[in-house]
Amino acid sequence: MKQAHQSESEPLWKDEFSIESAHETIVNRRQFTKFLTLTSLGMFVGNLWILSKTWFDKQSLFPKTVIAKADEVPIGAVKLFRYPTEADPCIMVRTSQDQFVAYSQKCTHLSCPVHYSQKTGQIECPCHEGSFSLHTGEVLKGPPPRPLPRIVLEKKDGLLLAIGIDIQNE
Amino acid sequence: MNNYKHDTRSRSRRQYMVAIDGALALNAILVIVQMWLLTASLEAYLSGHKDSALPGAVFSGLLFAGTMGLYIFVRRLERQAKDKGF
Ligand code: FES
Repeated sequence: MKQAHQSESEPLWKDEFSIESAHETIVNRRQFTKFLTLTSLGMFVGNLWILSKTWFDKQSLFPKTVIAKADEVPIGAVKLFRYPTEADPCIMVRTSQDQFVAYSQKCTHLSCPVHYSQKTGQIECPCHEGSFSLHTGEVLKGPPPRPLPRIVLEKKDGLLLAIGIDIQNE
Repeated sequence: MNNYKHDTRSRSRRQYMVAIDGALALNAILVIVQMWLLTASLEAYLSGHKDSALPGAVFSGLLFAGTMGLYIFVRRLERQAKDKGF
């Protein structure tokens, strides 16, 4: 009991720098355990950060943005726009009289801007020859790992509106 | 007699060391699992699977509680060993 009291009242440095070699082995192990625990804390904070980002993303709903007048885009033509922010380039293609498709213009491989090729009828990426289906955004060829995120469109009073993004995971 | 005393003492010290080493190894395993969990959560988040964020954070919290518990355990063992003069 007396000894226990003594060790508690010892200065802190004696805890960390033991003068006895036998005790030093234990100190080293304890310090390593402490390091691992702090690493674990860091990773827990990382997971909390991901959780908070998810919550924040869920709360920020996509705005409704007018892209174009429906009749100003001819069939087979392309309209570029930005959605949901100015930093997000997107591409819209009119595929028939009353069908429009729109995708993020960033390739899911390394973010090169994709374009619509009338010759092949596909959305293509010039960087590594990836190509995506015009109708679904699915990967048809090349290194892109995921389909293009699809921009959800709405037609209202002759106007085309972007109302959301469908990430389209496989 | 003296030899016997020395034997008991060293056996106890060995027991402390085994317990501390065990806790340390378990701690390392928990940290590796947590590292994998963080990578998997990040991967899921970046590919748009947002549903896995909450279970990921809960498991990560549990693993952290585990490592914290082991650290407290090692600390307690260290104190006991010190008090016994090892
Ligand atoms: S960036 Fe598009 S295929 Fe590589």
